Amino acid sequence: MRSVIPVLTVVAVIVAIWFAGSIGMNRAWTVDQAERRGLELSAADIIADTLRQERPVLPTPAQVMAELWATTAGEPVFRERRGQMQGNPRSLFFHAWQTLAPTMLGFVMGTLAGILLAVGIVHNRAMDLGVMPWAIASQTIPILAVAPIVIVVLNAVGLEGLVPKSLISAYLSFFPVVVGMVKGLRSPNAMDLDLLRTYSASNAQTLWKLRLPASVPYLFTSLKVGIAAALVGTIVAELPTGARFGLGARLLTGSYYGQTIQIWSALFMAAICAACLVALLSAAERATTRRMGLGR
Amino acid sequence: MSVGLAPVRQRWIWPALGASVVVIAAIYDVRLGIIMGVWLGAWAVNGWLAGAARGTGVRVMVPLIFGTTLLALWEITVGLYDVSPIILPAPSLIVAQFAVSTDVLWADFQQTILKGALAGYVIGCGAAVLVALAVDRSMFLQRGVLPVGNFIAALPIVGTAPILVMWFGFGWQSKAAVVVAMVFFPMLVNTVQGLKASGAMQRDLMHTYAASYWQSLFKLRLPNALPFIFNGLKICTTLALIGAIVAEFFGSPTVGMGFRIKIEVGRLAMDMVWASIFVAALAGTGFYGLVALIERWLTFWHPSQRRR
Repeated sequence: MRSVIPVLTVVAVIVAIWFAGSIGMNRAWTVDQAERRGLELSAADIIADTLRQERPVLPTPAQVMAELWATTAGEPVFRERRGQMQGNPRSLFFHAWQTLAPTMLGFVMGTLAGILLAVGIVHNRAMDLGVMPWAIASQTIPILAVAPIVIVVLNAVGLEGLVPKSLISAYLSFFPVVVGMVKGLRSPNAMDLDLLRTYSASNAQTLWKLRLPASVPYLFTSLKVGIAAALVGTIVAELPTGARFGLGARLLTGSYYGQTIQIWSALFMAAICAACLVALLSAAERATTRRMGLGR
Repeated sequence: MSVGLAPVRQRWIWPALGASVVVIAAIYDVRLGIIMGVWLGAWAVNGWLAGAARGTGVRVMVPLIFGTTLLALWEITVGLYDVSPIILPAPSLIVAQFAVSTDVLWADFQQTILKGALAGYVIGCGAAVLVALAVDRSMFLQRGVLPVGNFIAALPIVGTAPILVMWFGFGWQSKAAVVVAMVFFPMLVNTVQGLKASGAMQRDLMHTYAASYWQSLFKLRLPNALPFIFNGLKICTTLALIGAIVAEFFGSPTVGMGFRIKIEVGRLAMDMVWASIFVAALAGTGFYGLVALIERWLTFWHPSQRRR
């Protein structure tokens, strides 16, 4: 708790820099408008105007928060259209859900596949030698940047909606889990493994009773990396495919129409989603490690 | 791995199982049988190699065989099932396209990697190290910056790309700006952690030598921080490429890897798209490898660099 004040200080400094940036970057437009109307503006007037432009170069934190509030609390998530209840595209919660659903589905798929592959790698030397170098090398490839084409290809095959986006998230959360789990499953030391051998434990028993419990801390570390990557993957996947709903689509339409406040609020919603997902995993981690007796 | 007699007795089971799977698949569909046969055959070779021999030769051969098998399977599957090149072009087609358009790809590489990504990488990482040095002088700031930095590093910073493209225009400068935003916080957190890595005993020793702040920084704490700094630098190589390519989706001159991918997807020229992806993969691995090489050269003393 002793870090609360320092953290708040740093956040306050960031907000202050942001406000200063808003004033500085929006100033040109204000001055220009005033000159065209032949008005002389005092410094106070200029500052006041820079803080409430409709399409500012850099919206102020207050404007972004107001937009966030208006599009979440101020709009119903569902609305009636042609006699049906549909998602309301004005609600940011609706867009966030459009992004979160594939993220979480893909994350679960990627995690399960990653754990399975890690178990295989630990038990089979051929898989270890053959797959592991590629798994590590694939981490250095900017795969996220090509996510959109996967969507295009899958659309061409006829897959649409939730599945293509979640495949991207699955792929992105897959490799951190593989690498982390291989490390975790190998983390029991030679003494413990020897002990199980003196018990004449089978490979499966060693896996369930020693390797898997030992890998839990490693698993959660890579899960947190994986979920952040999965969320970014879904957002980027929505970008150049002309998706209509989702946080990525909000970013794109905002950039097309110069709606800077909309971009920033979508960005903040994405940040809030990421923070919630990571916080959820941290809570799960704490609960699990405490039950296993590893808690601090 | 396994001890005891049981696995030895059952050694015939796996080849028999594999062969029967291939036969069943071939009865169902000959093409499927061929694909399964190639896969299981290569797998058997790898299993035999991994079990029979040790040493660096095997460490190189097994992954090579695995990779080649995947490529061969890709080629065979596309050929046998007549997959449209719009959906998935065969590797041979991609290589041919790559060979034909090397000059275009080279121009894209220059624009995106050498100008956008590299400039942003150097500026972002350099600024992060300098800020980390400043933050490091105050315990108060350290406590504040570490959680905030960790939090921001987990956020989807790529999303700032449309904003930065608006601010800095379509040229490579906006791509460099996105890269700076992406690499800054991971680098900052790693460096701040690294600067704390030297032990209290060592710092006390420097104190007894009456070493100045700068002396103890350059002789003790920066060298101790190098493994952390290089960890950050390695994470940032991939981030830099992602940032530079994604930012081009929001607007770019008519050259660049992100531009190429976006345009050729629109034209359904998938072989060109895959050739661009291939260049991106090469650039990513090369960039990472270069940083790892410098790391090995500078932090030769660290336990993680010992040869096994």
